[in-house]
Amino acid sequence: MIVDRMRTNRRTAQRLAIVVVLMFGFGYALVPLYDVLCEITGLGGRTGVVAAGSLDGAVDTSRTVKVQFLGTVNSRLPWEFRPSVGSMEVHPGQVYETMYFARNLSETVTVGQARPSVAPSVASLHFNKTECFCFLLQELSPGEARDMPVRFVLSRDLPAEIATVTLSYTFFNSGQTG
Amino acid sequence: MSTSYGAHADDHHGPEPGLLRWLFTTNHKDIGTLYLWFALIMFFVGGFLAMGIRAELFMPGLQVMDPHLFNQFTTMHALIMIFGAVMPAFVGFANWLVPMMVGAPDMALPRLNNWSFWILPFAFTLLIGTFFLPGGAPAAGWTIYPPLVLQGGANVAFMVFAIHMMGISSIMGAINIIVTILNMRAPEMTLLRMPLFVWTWLITAFLLIAAMPVLAGAVTMLLTDKFFGTSFFNAAGGGDPVMFQHVFWFFGHPEVYILILPAFGIVSQIIPTFARKPLFGYESMVYATASIAFISFIVWAHHMFTVGMPLSGELFFMYTTMLIAVPTGVKVFNWIATMWRGAMTFETPMLWAIAFVVLFTIGGFSGLMLAITPVDFQYHDTYFVVAHFHYVLVTGAIFAIIAGVYYWLPKWTGHMYNERLGKWHFWLSTVSVNVLFFPQHFLGLAGMPRRIPDYAVQFTDWNMVSSIGGFAFGLSQLLFVYILVQTIRGGERAADRVWEGAHGLEWTVASPPPYHTFEKPPRVTEAEAHG
Ligand code: HEM
Ligand SMILES: [Cu+2]
Repeated sequence: MIVDRMRTNRRTAQRLAIVVVLMFGFGYALVPLYDVLCEITGLGGRTGVVAAGSLDGAVDTSRTVKVQFLGTVNSRLPWEFRPSVGSMEVHPGQVYETMYFARNLSETVTVGQARPSVAPSVASLHFNKTECFCFLLQELSPGEARDMPVRFVLSRDLPAEIATVTLSYTFFNSGQTG
Repeated sequence: MSTSYGAHADDHHGPEPGLLRWLFTTNHKDIGTLYLWFALIMFFVGGFLAMGIRAELFMPGLQVMDPHLFNQFTTMHALIMIFGAVMPAFVGFANWLVPMMVGAPDMALPRLNNWSFWILPFAFTLLIGTFFLPGGAPAAGWTIYPPLVLQGGANVAFMVFAIHMMGISSIMGAINIIVTILNMRAPEMTLLRMPLFVWTWLITAFLLIAAMPVLAGAVTMLLTDKFFGTSFFNAAGGGDPVMFQHVFWFFGHPEVYILILPAFGIVSQIIPTFARKPLFGYESMVYATASIAFISFIVWAHHMFTVGMPLSGELFFMYTTMLIAVPTGVKVFNWIATMWRGAMTFETPMLWAIAFVVLFTIGGFSGLMLAITPVDFQYHDTYFVVAHFHYVLVTGAIFAIIAGVYYWLPKWTGHMYNERLGKWHFWLSTVSVNVLFFPQHFLGLAGMPRRIPDYAVQFTDWNMVSSIGGFAFGLSQLLFVYILVQTIRGGERAADRVWEGAHGLEWTVASPPPYHTFEKPPRVTEAEAHG
């Protein structure tokens, strides 16, 4: 009778332990789930991949959108970093190029990684880059300076109420050395 | 006489002599006592830190400590109070009462029970020890947001391991409680005859096994981000610090209900006793508790309205959060309806329980204000939030714990406490706690940020008032210890059914109960059912 009950108790406890393990896994599963959600919705301002519709050459000249550029450096990266122009007027569908400038202010070789973000977040789904210094790590020797291009196109289906889009980069120290 | 210990849980023997009794005990009453003492000690450690915080905030400028130490104080105060005081106190109640209330001889897994408790002192030694590390204790707030928290030194590793240990302890405790309630009830104790305290703990235990592992995952990710080069929350490596907030609050909001549901249970035992009426709407109380638990998993982002969510997200979390107020309101109305036209008397436990209902409701209302997304942009990270969660946690959870201690102490010790001193303790605490926390609403609305050691001079007056209330509240709790010790050491003998209006199986055994109770399942008469 007692032995019986001990066995049932242990079985119930084991089932509950499975729930615990699953929930621990679920905590980790939230990471990819969150990524997928951001990918779909544009939350977090992640910029899109190049969509076929936006590169067919057709340009919507009837519409002008202002694109603003920002550049910030994380405190652990001893660099100067800024856009060479503050903003541009662009037509959806046309490819544009702009420059960002970076200079290593420290005495050592440092490797930086830029992370882009687009605001408002709905616009990020329609903001496509064909070339960007953020695709690669950037390595600068002491005192070295570099102009880095970004080539981008706004897709024509950018929601009509959006008149201004902001592209901002934060440069982080990648932690790698040379 | 030689006695053989161990083999059978139902051996007829008393406690082992000496101190080792406490180390090796598998008796639910012993373990309940250990948990309650541990919680009391942690309550005073956390309280000491709170006194430091209020001393620093007594005046603008920096007088008592430097800002870094201040941040350590706020962080450790919260971690110790939540994981060291409130949660272990509730587990202590569960250990003492759940087996007696359902007519079981002990917890279902007694040896696991011993482990659950004895992990805790080690976890907190590890956590509190960080004060003596170079760089000090964790200082990024109890919400341990990266990247700030990762700037701590070795304390990150200590804190993460301490949280793992607390998590394991409370998960094992929760499993034990669920198994006890599901498998060990006396045959006549059907689910819908269980006391509400047992119900609320059953649901809390499910919250624990669902939420604590997620916290364990989140802190493990912090650990690997800091020491092993992963980039879960590191933007440079492709991670996202906002994601931590999602994972943390997915645990964090259920956690706040872990901290309050057992309190609902305690109050639901006390009010019927002193109103001399059965609990109004027993079944609706059970359903309300279950729906609160369920909804608590889909409201988490109300802690992060300001991170830049899309409008649809803000609206979703605003409405679900407000939805929680409905079952919570059901409970408050049921308590009031229970008291309505009851033959009420106001012994100390009842006073604390009534204060709980009133003051917890104030905290619920400020919660509703915070749930309104557009105004939360103003209130977020101000003292208004601090006022909110102290109303629900101090005058909510802790008042219920104190109410429960006065209510069951005569049962546990066999002695009546000193009623006159108990009333003094109640009035001193209730007045001072409001002097302490009510002005924090004004400070928050006026714009004083939380977690700052120094502030603009226009906030001085209310901060002084609040600090004076704080010192008075702290001192009043020394009276509590005095009353506890006095009651344990002696006093008027308590009857078995300590309170004439009390129902439930725990009142059918002697006061204090013998070391082993209900080795044979008791009958459950209609009078004792869901007392
Ligand atoms: C009617 C029920 C409740 C509602 C609508 C509610 C709503 C909220 C909201 C919206 C916030 C976020 C405020 C901000 O940071 O801007 C908050 C914070 C908080 N609430 Fe509640 N709440 C409720 C009940 C409770 C209960 C019962 C507890 C615990 C027993 C609790 C504990 C907390 C804590 C600890 C925080 C602050 C967390 C932190 O940032 O450190 N709340 N509440
Ligand atoms: Cu919450």
